[in-house]
Amino acid sequence: MKRQICLLILLVFIAVFGCSENSDKGEAKSKTGLAAVAKTYGDALVDGSIGDASNLIPILATDSSSHSVASWIYNGLLKYDKNLKLVGDLAENYSVSEDKKVITFNLKKGIKWHDGAPFTSEDVKFTYELIVDDKTPTAYDSDFRIVDHIETPDNYTVKVFYKQAYAPALASWTTSILPSHLLKGVEVTKSPLQRKPVGTGPYKFLEWKPGNSITLVANEEYFEGRPNIERYVYRIIPDSATMFLELLNGTIDMMGLSPLQFAKQTDNPRFNAKFNKYKYLSNSYTYVGYNLKNPLFKDKRVRQALTYATPKDDIIEGVLFGLGQKATGPYKPTSPWYNPNVKKYEYNIEKAKSLLAEAGFKDTDNDGILEKDGLKLKFTIITNQGNSSRSMVAEILQNSWSKIGAKVDIRILEWATFINEYIDKRDFDAVILGWSIPLEPDLYDIWHSSKCEGKNLNFICYQNSEVDKLIEEGRVEFDFEKRKAIYNKIQEILAEEQPYTFLYVGESLIALSNRFENVEPAPAGLMHNFIKWYVKKENRKYIFTQ
Amino acid sequence: MLIYLIKRLIGMIPLIIGITFISFIVIHLAPGDPTQFLSSMNPKVSETARDKFIKMYNLDKPVHVQYLLWLKKFVKFDFGESFSQDRKKVIDKVLERLPVTLWLNIASLALVFIIALPLGVLSAYMKDSVFDKALTIFVFVGFAIPTFWLALLCMYYFGVILGILPISGLTSYNFAELTFFGKIADIVKHAFLPVALSVFGSLAGLSRFSRNSMLDVLNEDYILAARARGIPENKIIFKHALKNALLPVVTILGLSIPGLIGGSVIFESIFSIPGMGQLFYQSVMMRDYPVIMGILVIGAFLTLLGNLLADIMYAAVDPRIRYRKKS
Repeated sequence: MKRQICLLILLVFIAVFGCSENSDKGEAKSKTGLAAVAKTYGDALVDGSIGDASNLIPILATDSSSHSVASWIYNGLLKYDKNLKLVGDLAENYSVSEDKKVITFNLKKGIKWHDGAPFTSEDVKFTYELIVDDKTPTAYDSDFRIVDHIETPDNYTVKVFYKQAYAPALASWTTSILPSHLLKGVEVTKSPLQRKPVGTGPYKFLEWKPGNSITLVANEEYFEGRPNIERYVYRIIPDSATMFLELLNGTIDMMGLSPLQFAKQTDNPRFNAKFNKYKYLSNSYTYVGYNLKNPLFKDKRVRQALTYATPKDDIIEGVLFGLGQKATGPYKPTSPWYNPNVKKYEYNIEKAKSLLAEAGFKDTDNDGILEKDGLKLKFTIITNQGNSSRSMVAEILQNSWSKIGAKVDIRILEWATFINEYIDKRDFDAVILGWSIPLEPDLYDIWHSSKCEGKNLNFICYQNSEVDKLIEEGRVEFDFEKRKAIYNKIQEILAEEQPYTFLYVGESLIALSNRFENVEPAPAGLMHNFIKWYVKKENRKYIFTQ
Repeated sequence: MLIYLIKRLIGMIPLIIGITFISFIVIHLAPGDPTQFLSSMNPKVSETARDKFIKMYNLDKPVHVQYLLWLKKFVKFDFGESFSQDRKKVIDKVLERLPVTLWLNIASLALVFIIALPLGVLSAYMKDSVFDKALTIFVFVGFAIPTFWLALLCMYYFGVILGILPISGLTSYNFAELTFFGKIADIVKHAFLPVALSVFGSLAGLSRFSRNSMLDVLNEDYILAARARGIPENKIIFKHALKNALLPVVTILGLSIPGLIGGSVIFESIFSIPGMGQLFYQSVMMRDYPVIMGILVIGAFLTLLGNLLADIMYAAVDPRIRYRKKS
């Protein structure tokens, strides 16, 4: 009996402790599981934006806010990787035919739209047809008008037939692909997708409070893996001073800073305790453009002289607090298309004066202003209101150019007046403006002679048959090295001719809350690996119950 | 009274049409058009896009034809669709934002009256005292300081340094998860700075106006007579003088409304409040003609309505004024 009781006690002991050990293990396992999840998924990034989005069907929107938000919701067939190289996005890979007129995309399999429907080649064909439909109010159809037709031999193959070879065509396929099952047969301007988009991207649309915020939530089934940051919130704060205060307060996590804010106003321990600051060369440059129809600027020696008399170092130091680099052409120094071997113009007043003398300019009436054939070296620089850097540059130039005998007046104009009354009508002497530098290097719209008339963008009317020929060659050359040689040559010609005095490429200056881990700055900026960012559990700020 | 009201309301119709005509012309006189902001200086935008948009918006037609097209819709209370890329109905856009602006303006207006009237009356009563002089300086400081500058200063001090008030917006990010009372507290906290600054900026005018009005009344013969009869001073002030002193102040009420709506443009931009002022500013910058017209018409209507209300209140306060036919 005693033995039986002992056995029973032993059994009970084994059962109890055996079970409890199991349950401990189970709990430990689940805890580990939770810990793993807690380490990766969670929190939100609150980003600040000056303007609200207008339309979340990207082909219908031309504002940067809409495109910023939509870029998290949609994918293109191709995308730029962190080193700014074109790689597959929805496409697994692509190939270009021998005659360069057919591009074949092989699509990734198993991708789903946010509503669960499968993504197929039909969606690509539909997006193309929608863009070139005359009833679609899109501004981005020009790259697709040269497509002859598209074939979809199966669900995962797209063949695009072009009327002529066109190298920038590849970049055009970074355009967002839209869901045909939701838009087919629907008038796109009446589609609810304009305000409640459905894409294939890393984030799904959650909520849009007009004028206030747009909230996106992580797509658990994203084909590159679920983003770790649970939500992306786009807060609309129209006043940049207010946005900066919100940043200081920690109510927004990320903001592009001005050089002044970056160099002075955030250089304190309180700010550094909460934020990391990043800088990388922005995709834009600032320049002085000379109206080449004005007889003053016909002679390239005058333009060269003005460039010699431009203190680019002082401008970068004074206006940008040193946060920028000198521009020598239409590409930035970190771009693969940049040619470092072009003619440089170091600040040299004497050289400038001698060039002007060579060009026949003399101060005959001793009024301090040079003249030639009764034409005084006197002109007006115009620029747009609301950009203090440009007006400061104008003042520096006014002062510096006076040293070589040029009398410069400055006019600052409201944007619409500036474009409508002066740029579009070609009614200006010199202009300070900036261009963004697209990742696709084609220079056709800004530098080709055919874009001189009308309301086109070669408003300084630069006409050079050699440059025209090179631009045309560059547009049909798919080989990187051969294309690079073409653009190198163009940069050399532009550097010699100085139709613009290329001033500077500014830095993108970003402040980001330091609770985000895995941030990896690269030529493409900060956000290229955003889906891999995470916040440690102890640093989390937002916890979502739903 | 009813006939007077109907007459006034009917009288508003030609007035509103006149306002719309002038506004339409002035808006179109400004350089630039909506297509410019869609396509200008963007190399990625196709050349034909601008022409396509011009046709779509009827901008290729003469201005008077455009106005008639707009008016044709307006008489059916249709304000058309926004030119912006969301193509939303103007009325939806405005209605989405009007309540916030109205709410903030009504709160500001009510507080201005609640604070400015007693201040003005007290100032008049204590004329040339230290209180009167201090108050004069205080309200004129409020009048003179640029609102946006003071707003930024307050946002920095109360928001960043003290951390007791939110900097901008209408509600917190976690608003939906708050309790009922939490939501009310959240709204009040967010509205505090914009309303306080709006009130501070408007105090000078109204308190000075009520002070002068009160002083005028206090110099009237019937007040002198009342004092001679030995009626206590507080009774003279609050029973006899105040009611009459209020009369011109009521007129100011109606005239304040357009000013407050105009002021919303600055406040709503600085404090990131998605109201009508912010929408108006964005629409003007984007040359979104239908939205600009919609807001102007609604603003004009509210102003006229404000004036009408002031007149009605005038009658209520002053027994000598009655809007009826003389017998």
